[in-house]
Amino acid sequence: MDQVLLASPLLVPLAASAVTALLWRRPGLQRPVSLAAAVLLLGCSAALLSHTLAAGTLVGRMGAWPAPFGIVLVVDVFSAIMLVITGLMAVAVAVYSAGQGATERDRAGFHPLFQGLLLGVTGAFATGDLFNLYVWFEVMLIASFGLLVLDRTREQLDGGLRYVALNLVGTTFFLLAVGLLLGLTGTLNMADLARLAPAVENQGALAAVAVLLLIAFGAKAAVFPLFNWLPAAYHTASMPVAAIFAALLTKVGVYAIIRVFTLVFAHDTAFFGPIVGVVAMATMVTGVLGAAAHYDVRRILSFHIISQIGYMLVGVALMTPLAIAGSVLYVIHHIVVKANLFLIAGAIRQAGGSFALARLGGLWVTRPVLGLLFLIPALSLAGIPPLSGFWGKLAVIRASLEAEAWLLAAVALAVGLLTLFSMIKIWNEAFWKAAPEPPPAETWSRAARFATFAPIVLLAGTTLAIGLWTEPFMGLSLAAADGLLDRQGYIAAVLGERATAALQEGAR
Amino acid sequence: MNDSLILRTSAPLLLWLALAVSIFIVLRGHNAPGGGFLGGLIASAGILLYAIAHGRDRAMRRMRMAPVGLCGIGLLAALASGLLGFVTPDTPYLTHRWWFPGGGLALGTTIVFDLGVYLAVVGTVTAMFLPLLRK
Repeated sequence: MDQVLLASPLLVPLAASAVTALLWRRPGLQRPVSLAAAVLLLGCSAALLSHTLAAGTLVGRMGAWPAPFGIVLVVDVFSAIMLVITGLMAVAVAVYSAGQGATERDRAGFHPLFQGLLLGVTGAFATGDLFNLYVWFEVMLIASFGLLVLDRTREQLDGGLRYVALNLVGTTFFLLAVGLLLGLTGTLNMADLARLAPAVENQGALAAVAVLLLIAFGAKAAVFPLFNWLPAAYHTASMPVAAIFAALLTKVGVYAIIRVFTLVFAHDTAFFGPIVGVVAMATMVTGVLGAAAHYDVRRILSFHIISQIGYMLVGVALMTPLAIAGSVLYVIHHIVVKANLFLIAGAIRQAGGSFALARLGGLWVTRPVLGLLFLIPALSLAGIPPLSGFWGKLAVIRASLEAEAWLLAAVALAVGLLTLFSMIKIWNEAFWKAAPEPPPAETWSRAARFATFAPIVLLAGTTLAIGLWTEPFMGLSLAAADGLLDRQGYIAAVLGERATAALQEGAR
Repeated sequence: MNDSLILRTSAPLLLWLALAVSIFIVLRGHNAPGGGFLGGLIASAGILLYAIAHGRDRAMRRMRMAPVGLCGIGLLAALASGLLGFVTPDTPYLTHRWWFPGGGLALGTTIVFDLGVYLAVVGTVTAMFLPLLRK
């Protein structure tokens, strides 16, 4: 049963993608299939998380080929958390996509691509093999390009081409790094790499490979200075697509950075820590300044994704248990909040007729509930207690202070303030000021309104739950951090005891 | 419809040739270079040549199925071939089953996987390139 559970986060979206593709000419039937698959994915991932917490890391050697020769799936607590949050996002976006514009989206092939994207994301979270990770990145890239140009407008093609071009540069770096790493160590299994990396003679070449990987994953995660593709592409996508992108795509890059640098290159933290730290600070600052300069809701939110990625890298920069736990908690909080803000932006567009702040206004009078629902994730993003962002920032900043990284802590605090500024900007312009023109007439059907607001309320509730009842979430993050720092445990789980014994001998 | 008489006459023949070669490549692929991916590319090359010669609509009619649907069937077949791994407890996904009826013959579920990949590639490539052709 364990093996079924382990493979299920991949099998469910793959099967759903295939079935919705078979139903290509019956778009109406695709929607229930897609939603059912999303719910099933959430259920399977939750079962996987509880299994991992109870019984430890779960390893599956695909095709019964022994590690490190075959491809392995490895799900530890961190992977399982990411899978659960992916399931939650899948459900939220699957419901939301049944709202405004659903018929056109379904006809353009939204569901097969959406499930394909989920497959790429869950695969990247579950794999224990570096080349396999590359394959999942490609799956994600293909599906996301299809989703990005779903409406076939000129603007979308323009953004989509930029997205693909810059991501291809990133994946080329990834491929170069994979080739060099295979030449240096003779393996691409991550546990085996972790075992062999400290013993590699040419540590300089290994460091170069690590920097290549940092560039490749950094381009995915949109860190400074590789973030240009993100605001160029995200503001053209339709809202359910932008929400799932904002929630998951960059976070796969963050996941890959955390995984590889805590596992494979952990022996050289003194070298990489400061590099990642500087990148993290530059990412926070440039992202938040970009957001402050823009007056389109989608662009502001896009730049905030970049800014928040910086916080998630603090764990890798400091490599202490608290810092990594803070990063994990931050990822959880940010995925929920950011997806929700994009969903709300779609609702604002529906209610106010535009994404441009100059043309919005008066929504607090006409839509007070939407205003309240906006405030929850917006204030959480800025880190106002007691919402989820506060605890994420608290953990990250406290870890910086404990590690005596004063500058990092100061930057994190200042960026929080600027985040609040641009959230207040959206609030003032869209909700508070008088409407410049009368809002468009009500065009929502009851079903569309339910599909739009149910996921927003669900995610806002999650944000409140993380904020008010932080203990279990912090506990999960600490468990994930313990798992990430216990490299011996990971290697033993994947390769068996014998290889680990050899490692300890080598270390002596 | 293409103007060239030579192309129009030879395209159906080349289509069958490409399909035959592609099946050979799939079967060969178990122990030698080849397999579902290469075979699928060769088959779609044949289909696309036919579509260039006789137009997109006739090619679509001869496929009898939406290209995306073909891709879906292929993915399901590949997925299902791995499920047999779960029949015995604690064997991982994609553990393939073999049957040796004697005479040096070995029949395995890996062929289902390869044929699934074949169909998925044919479906995807034709779905991407047929819309680029004139009607």
